[in-house]
Amino acid sequence: MIAQLTRTERVSAMLVTGIVLAAGLVMATAGRDNLMGLQGWMVLVFAGAVMLLLMRKLNEPEPDPERLSHYYDDPTKVGIVLTLIWGVIGMAFGVWVAALLAWPDLTFDAGWASFGRIRPVHTSGVIFGFGGNALIATSFHVMQRTSRARLPDQFSPWFVLIGYNLFCVLAASGYLMGVTQLREYAEPEWYADIWLVIVWVTYFALYVRTLARRKEPHIYVANWYYMAFILVVAILHIVNNLAVPVDLFAAKSYSLFSGVQDAMTQWWYGHNAVAFFLTAGFLGMMYYYLPKRAGRPIFSYRLSIISFWGITFMYMWSGSHHLHYTALPHWVQTLGMAFSVVLLVPSWASAGNALMTLNGAWHKVRDDAVLRFMALAALFYGISTFEGSFMAIRPVNSLSHYTDWTVGHVHAGALGWVAMITFGSLYALVPWIWKRPALYSKKLVELHFWLALSGTVVYIFAMWNSGIIQGLMWRTYSESGTLAYSFVDSLEAMHPYYIARTVGGTLFLLGAVCAAYNIFMTIRRPTPVPEDASADAPLPRPALQAGE
Amino acid sequence: MLGWHRKIERSTVGLVLAIVAVASIGGAVEIAPLFTIGDTVEKVDDMRVYTPLEVAGRNVYIREGCYACHSQMIRTLRDEVERYGPYSLAVESQYDHPHLWGSKRTGPDLARLGNKYSDAWHVAHLYNPRDVVPESKMPAYRWLLRDTVKIDDLSGHLAALRAVGVPYTDEMIANASADAFGQANPDSAQASGVSTRYGMATNIRSFDGDGSRLTEMDALVAYLQILGGLTDAATATPTEPAEE
Repeated sequence: MIAQLTRTERVSAMLVTGIVLAAGLVMATAGRDNLMGLQGWMVLVFAGAVMLLLMRKLNEPEPDPERLSHYYDDPTKVGIVLTLIWGVIGMAFGVWVAALLAWPDLTFDAGWASFGRIRPVHTSGVIFGFGGNALIATSFHVMQRTSRARLPDQFSPWFVLIGYNLFCVLAASGYLMGVTQLREYAEPEWYADIWLVIVWVTYFALYVRTLARRKEPHIYVANWYYMAFILVVAILHIVNNLAVPVDLFAAKSYSLFSGVQDAMTQWWYGHNAVAFFLTAGFLGMMYYYLPKRAGRPIFSYRLSIISFWGITFMYMWSGSHHLHYTALPHWVQTLGMAFSVVLLVPSWASAGNALMTLNGAWHKVRDDAVLRFMALAALFYGISTFEGSFMAIRPVNSLSHYTDWTVGHVHAGALGWVAMITFGSLYALVPWIWKRPALYSKKLVELHFWLALSGTVVYIFAMWNSGIIQGLMWRTYSESGTLAYSFVDSLEAMHPYYIARTVGGTLFLLGAVCAAYNIFMTIRRPTPVPEDASADAPLPRPALQAGE
Repeated sequence: MLGWHRKIERSTVGLVLAIVAVASIGGAVEIAPLFTIGDTVEKVDDMRVYTPLEVAGRNVYIREGCYACHSQMIRTLRDEVERYGPYSLAVESQYDHPHLWGSKRTGPDLARLGNKYSDAWHVAHLYNPRDVVPESKMPAYRWLLRDTVKIDDLSGHLAALRAVGVPYTDEMIANASADAFGQANPDSAQASGVSTRYGMATNIRSFDGDGSRLTEMDALVAYLQILGGLTDAATATPTEPAEE
């Protein structure tokens, strides 16, 4: 893969890696009296490994210029493998934290192994490690195909992918060491946040440069969503992470905002991380892989437009539904509730558009587990967006907030929608870009499908039950007008559901292990199909044509 | 509309600008006014800042992810007020960078935890929760008693907090480490400075029951004991639940 880079690209890669190495060295030495030092060591090890890989291949011959008439899929391939690795790690940590809630002593007497530190490893591992890598990998694939153009260069996609994974490694290792700025789903500290901004700007530039090379007059729907994902996540990330570090060489920082303004900023971020990371990005995925796999065009162009702009506009208003009945001014809560309810329209427009696209291909959904993953994802997207709008209504929220119902809702979206559409898309994509006739095992996909579905159903039913019971017990009054249950009573009532949740999560994890095994075996399988290069190749640039 | 859209979707720049514009409106309308509308945060006279030891304890609370299971925000609902105490006011987290309102109650709300239990109860509970509450799901935090708390850099922490708006004085910043030591060592020379700078009501005692070392347990318990105690505004206000 490194041999595919030109010499200039290899040298630039080494230069950038060298700068990162130097930064790691500064962090490790100047920050040695606090946790920044340990994080510096992580940077050193990470960048050192990349440097070694580059040095081993530095003197390989220049790549064949013929490569420019193909799409550039190496970063996508590595991204897929990283997605699967992060997926299995993140989900395994999820099973562990779930088990800790049923059996709290299932751990070691050490800070790093305690619930509060490994929970963010689970959330960041699956959202950013699994989800983020899947988005980056598929976006590189989709933007080239829908633009009929090759990526503009071979260095920046690697910078985005590897740089992004450095961010993920810093985040996950930091939590275990005790580095966190606490903000939910934005826990990494200020220096990791700044690094992510650099990576993200490169990502955005890469997307725009690829679109600028496109041979299609129109920008395809999937790209609108990937663009919204990249742009809005940048806005959210920068505003939400504004902070003042204790020292230039200290890991700890204090957020610029406090109290009520901080809470609102955090949930404006938090809810829209769901909207633009976990929804918009994956809708981009769905709008490409679902019609491709089904062999049917998108049902309605008009619905795509309505749902895209509806989601982009309305989601940003709805974060305050996380703060009903709190010290947040009432008018902000009401606005958040109203927009959350109306948000159902564009959400269901998307889900409906996907399901209607399958009209005429339902026999394929029955026979093809890969397409079934995507169909089920669209269905769960519809279910969880309905549930979300419902839970945002103030009186409903008075019952559901602070309970496991929220956790169930999040997982209906995360397992049912995000993970299902990802696995479906990866199963479709892997044989295409590795030029294999089919996946290693169709039966394993089928097994994975049923493990994933049953795991999800067990999980969310357990959390619905526990959440609603919890909420009701907290507000039940005895006949004498006093609270009927102590908090501990409600905690005891949760125990069986916490065990059921662990079982559901384990089933889902087993499914993910099947996927990883199946895809690794597909990659290793040595029988490539004879390649029909003309079908999957960028249209030549006019200048190149002249040269040929 | 379709005609207009056909134009937009042929232009990368147009699409980018349209997305940014459309997505920015919600935040601008909902967040920006929170900084300018005067009555978003109540004005009270008795609001005090966290002492350096409490800041250190709060950082332990953040580091261990306590917020993942404990909220610090009592909602304006009758059952919550009866269970936890007067509902939380915005002013009570005015100096909370970041806020710790939380979003999940696997354990109970902690907004008014201060002075509800003794220091010894907290130490025993944090050491092994199931020793005091057999049904508890909380992790045991034994290392808090083993690890000494880092106080030599607290001046930097207070200075950073002042930079984001907490009214620490120069004197508080200069004496941060000494005050942290003094707050947990009532017989030391440094103790008197703590009540001079942070008020007579400040808890000054050995929180973990072992006066010889300043542990993370000292810091965390000092923080837990001040929860809900930075101002009396919430108890002074009539506590009729504002149910609609």
